[in-house]
Amino acid sequence: MKAGVLDEFRSRELVKGLAAEIARLTADRPVPMTFMEVCGTHTMSIYQYGIRSLLPSRVRLISGPGCPVCVTPVGYVDKAVAYSRLPDVIITTFGDMVRVPGSSSSLVQERARGADVRVVYSPLDALSLAERNPGKRVIFLGVGFETTTPTIAGTILTAADRGIANFFVLANHKTIPIPMQVLSADPELGIDGYICPAHVSAIIGADAYRFLAEDHGVPCVVTGFEPADILHGVSMLVRQIVEGRSAVEIQYSRFVTSEGNRKARGMVERVFTPCDAVWRGVGVIPGSGLEISGEFACFNVEKALPVEVEESREPEGCQCGEVLKGKIAPTECPLFGTACTPEDPVGACMVSSEGSCAAAYKYGQ
Amino acid sequence: MQVMEIKGETMVAEIDGVRREASLMMLNEEVKVGDYVLIHAGFAISRLDEEEALETLDLMRECLALGEERG
Repeated sequence: MKAGVLDEFRSRELVKGLAAEIARLTADRPVPMTFMEVCGTHTMSIYQYGIRSLLPSRVRLISGPGCPVCVTPVGYVDKAVAYSRLPDVIITTFGDMVRVPGSSSSLVQERARGADVRVVYSPLDALSLAERNPGKRVIFLGVGFETTTPTIAGTILTAADRGIANFFVLANHKTIPIPMQVLSADPELGIDGYICPAHVSAIIGADAYRFLAEDHGVPCVVTGFEPADILHGVSMLVRQIVEGRSAVEIQYSRFVTSEGNRKARGMVERVFTPCDAVWRGVGVIPGSGLEISGEFACFNVEKALPVEVEESREPEGCQCGEVLKGKIAPTECPLFGTACTPEDPVGACMVSSEGSCAAAYKYGQ
Repeated sequence: MQVMEIKGETMVAEIDGVRREASLMMLNEEVKVGDYVLIHAGFAISRLDEEEALETLDLMRECLALGEERG
């Protein structure tokens, strides 16, 4: 492929042209349209490229529960904190989780008190750490959606293969399509369509949203992350509404198919089974989580190494739950930018780089 | 990221001069040096379909042309 083709998805000319097309398509629409994205990378991209400022006022973009760290309940952080206090334990995690406040502590505070908490790039790095430290118990914090879960499944399968007995996962995996249906059924939100996630869809395939479009009448477009991708995805959603259709379309067809990645899903099905999951702000959503199945229970730290955890409480005044549901914009939270900043966060949405509050703070919107 | 080297179940990929190792155990498709792949947490998850990339760009340009025609 000619170098530079992928750069065209950032082309100013395409971005300007697509924005004009959206304005033209919506010019004589009587009611505004609201589209939700449910992927932390979209949240960041939309703020970073100032996408909202390119759209007419009749098109509103809201962020949903797409940041994995943000939707993880406080109780999970408390559990991770409790594990970090055990002897001979190394906690391994993606970076964002370290600074999320729990009920009375965070992993970064525990590290300051002497706990061994390490940030890794891949769960495979955590597995190597376990291999190199046979006298330690290495616990990986398995937090994430459908893109991350297969990487943990692959790591557990590798650990089983190599007979590594000191590697564990504190699993809190979630799946996105059911919560999308829950939110689109909320009349207060008035969601007219979904900008469907990019990487998640590379795994689950665009067909995973068909029930939303076909049974619930919600237009869905699987969209890439570049500015022209996002505007193109929005224009495809607008067009569906103008034409009175609701279908699943793939804007990000260079990486996503209808079917997705069967091999990755197969790995997840081997290692995990569906369970109910608690979403911060939304509550329990039946069947929207994944837990480590019985066959691999020896890697499930909650089974292999039970620990006592303090009673959890949400930070006082924190509106993360409302932000995650798209009910309020980050700036509408009374703590935003005053009591809660990226340097001294109160809620998870201000910690994670994928969080709406952190993105709104960084890009000043 | 672009595939620079393949070593069995692992590959080395590069973006903006940064090189990373990634596992191929999750990838459905065959890859060769020079291909572009999506990488997530140390695993390649999808290979770029170049024809689709070019087609999407064409579709975008078509949208633009339509808009201009209709003024």
